Amino acid sequence: MQTYDLEAEGLRGLNSALQAQTAETNQTSWEIVNPRGSHAVAVGLDAPIEVTVKGSTGYYTAGMNKQATIHVEGSAGPGVAENMMSGIVVIDGDASQYAGATGHGGTLVIKGNASSRCGISMKGIDIVVHGNVGHMSAFMAQSGNLVVCGDAGDALGDSIYEARLFVRGSVKSLGADCIEKEMRPEHIEILRDLLEKGGCDAKPEEFKRYGSARQLYNFKIDNAY
Amino acid sequence: MAVKDIKQDGPPRTVPIQSATFSNPINAEIRRAAATGIYDIRGGGAKRKVPHFDDLLFLGASMSRYPLEGYRERCDTSVTLGTRFAKKPITLDIPVTIAGMSFGALSGRAKEALGRGASEAGTSTTTGDGGMTPEERGHSKTLVYQYLPSRYGMNPDDLRKADAIEVVVGQGAKPGGGGMLLGQKISDRVADMRNLPKGIDQRSACRHPDWTGPDDLEIKILELREITAWEKPIYVKVGGTRPYYDTALAVKAGADVVVLDGMQGGTAATQDVFIEHVGLPTLACIRPAVQALQDLGVHREVQLIVSGGIRTGADVAKAMALGADAVAIGTAALIALGDNDPKWEAEYQALGTTTGAYDDWHEGRDPAGITTQDPELQMRLDPVDAGRRLRNYLKVMTLEAQTIARACGHNSLHNLEPEDLCALTMEAAAMARVPLAGTEWWPGKPGTGF
Repeated sequence: MQTYDLEAEGLRGLNSALQAQTAETNQTSWEIVNPRGSHAVAVGLDAPIEVTVKGSTGYYTAGMNKQATIHVEGSAGPGVAENMMSGIVVIDGDASQYAGATGHGGTLVIKGNASSRCGISMKGIDIVVHGNVGHMSAFMAQSGNLVVCGDAGDALGDSIYEARLFVRGSVKSLGADCIEKEMRPEHIEILRDLLEKGGCDAKPEEFKRYGSARQLYNFKIDNAY
Repeated sequence: MAVKDIKQDGPPRTVPIQSATFSNPINAEIRRAAATGIYDIRGGGAKRKVPHFDDLLFLGASMSRYPLEGYRERCDTSVTLGTRFAKKPITLDIPVTIAGMSFGALSGRAKEALGRGASEAGTSTTTGDGGMTPEERGHSKTLVYQYLPSRYGMNPDDLRKADAIEVVVGQGAKPGGGGMLLGQKISDRVADMRNLPKGIDQRSACRHPDWTGPDDLEIKILELREITAWEKPIYVKVGGTRPYYDTALAVKAGADVVVLDGMQGGTAATQDVFIEHVGLPTLACIRPAVQALQDLGVHREVQLIVSGGIRTGADVAKAMALGADAVAIGTAALIALGDNDPKWEAEYQALGTTTGAYDDWHEGRDPAGITTQDPELQMRLDPVDAGRRLRNYLKVMTLEAQTIARACGHNSLHNLEPEDLCALTMEAAAMARVPLAGTEWWPGKPGTGF
């Protein structure tokens, strides 16, 4: 276990050390203490290492992550796991705006609530939120899965493309071109797997599925707002 | 031209007069809108006449200035970008760069040609919406990677392969608007790079998904620097709207370079009404941006790249005299490759247009094979020949700018200054803040009461 005191040793040294790890590294387990809401913690990693952050973080935690498993034992600021490519990011607390924005792959688990625009423009990432998500979540979501075990705010899935949205609780309103869709057996299986990966004991049958009506895919004047 | 009297039978009557307000082109557009219900989409930049570099003149050497000998005496053209924070600034041989244009909007062969021409001339190219292609990286000695709101194709590996990163806030053709790539140009490869189904209209968001203002941008730039080990120069590109404040805020957010794009700057596709009615002419943008840099004490430390309607070495020299460190070209580069070439006139006619006016780049039917993904059309462009034409054009622009600089007594393009210029019109004098020709005055000059 490598322990890094972020307050004492600084951000550049931390990210430099973590980014230097490769698939062959022996330093596979890292603990970051005193994060104190720092921004850009553990960004740009590209190795199968495990990083535990002992506290809450600021903006863009685990940004553009590849391969690494990053666990924040606290809450995370805006843009956690933005543009993640692969790996796993787990937030024990809440996540602020834009969680998982534009993520291409990997899994983001938020054990608390996520604020607005969770999964905005997601491109393949899987996001599992144990609590609620705020307004405009999954805006222009292209692909991947967003699982919300609580409620969703206004305009869920506005202008959505091919991403799948699963919500167990209420949806305050659906955004443009987002509709409720049939939950077929294959979706139950996908969701069961996501819930298991996300450490959530909810039953897939309790969820509704939402996705694109595909009416905005090609411009039609009658669809304009 | 004298208007001949119309022979009339009977008493004199008024001749038909076309309305300046409801002109034939305007009326045609009203009829087109009424028939289709869709606004006009096109490529390119503003076509309306606006105050531009043509409205400025260089004064040249005289009794009070000492000229340098053309071709013989040194006149430096190189520029270094990213000296503020980046560990690895980039140095270009010439101050004319290639603006961001996407694979998707352009064919792969056109992107290759841009890379070849720019590299041979010693300058950089820039990616666009859709990400970085291996061909583009391979043929561009210096490649700037755009970080756009859509984040199509964005990944940390390509970010690290880039020589610089350009955070795009806006562009001159459509400040405040997103982009679009219509379904007819979405080939399998383009669709795959953008994680979207083939054949659908792809929208590029008008604002970034994970930051909303300059305070957020400062943290975003920190993240990008941390991911790339603080090596890469980071540009911030803005459309010309509020150049003083946008430049100041970009500096505050930590930019190494500010890219300022006026309304003549082109786009692959957007609404005509947007192109023609939103934003400022390039000429009106430069002095406020330079003023912001000077007020913050970072002029030359934070470099300024100006784009939008740059066509000649004279334009390059004028932009630099007003305080730019470099310029970027897009439309002009495409013309050098072969866009709107008269040899395709018959095909332009078949598309309902003519040479020089073809702007339906979004339709993917470009006879020149540049703004298309059609497999047959794009083969019309030979990337080696087209690259050579671009190199030649860049060299000519540089020689022209050097000729002017030497005539003004400067041994570097960067020594050009506003005092080398005068303006032909009141509007240009006010925008460029240089004297109206033959006077010592310009509108708004401090202390003049205007």
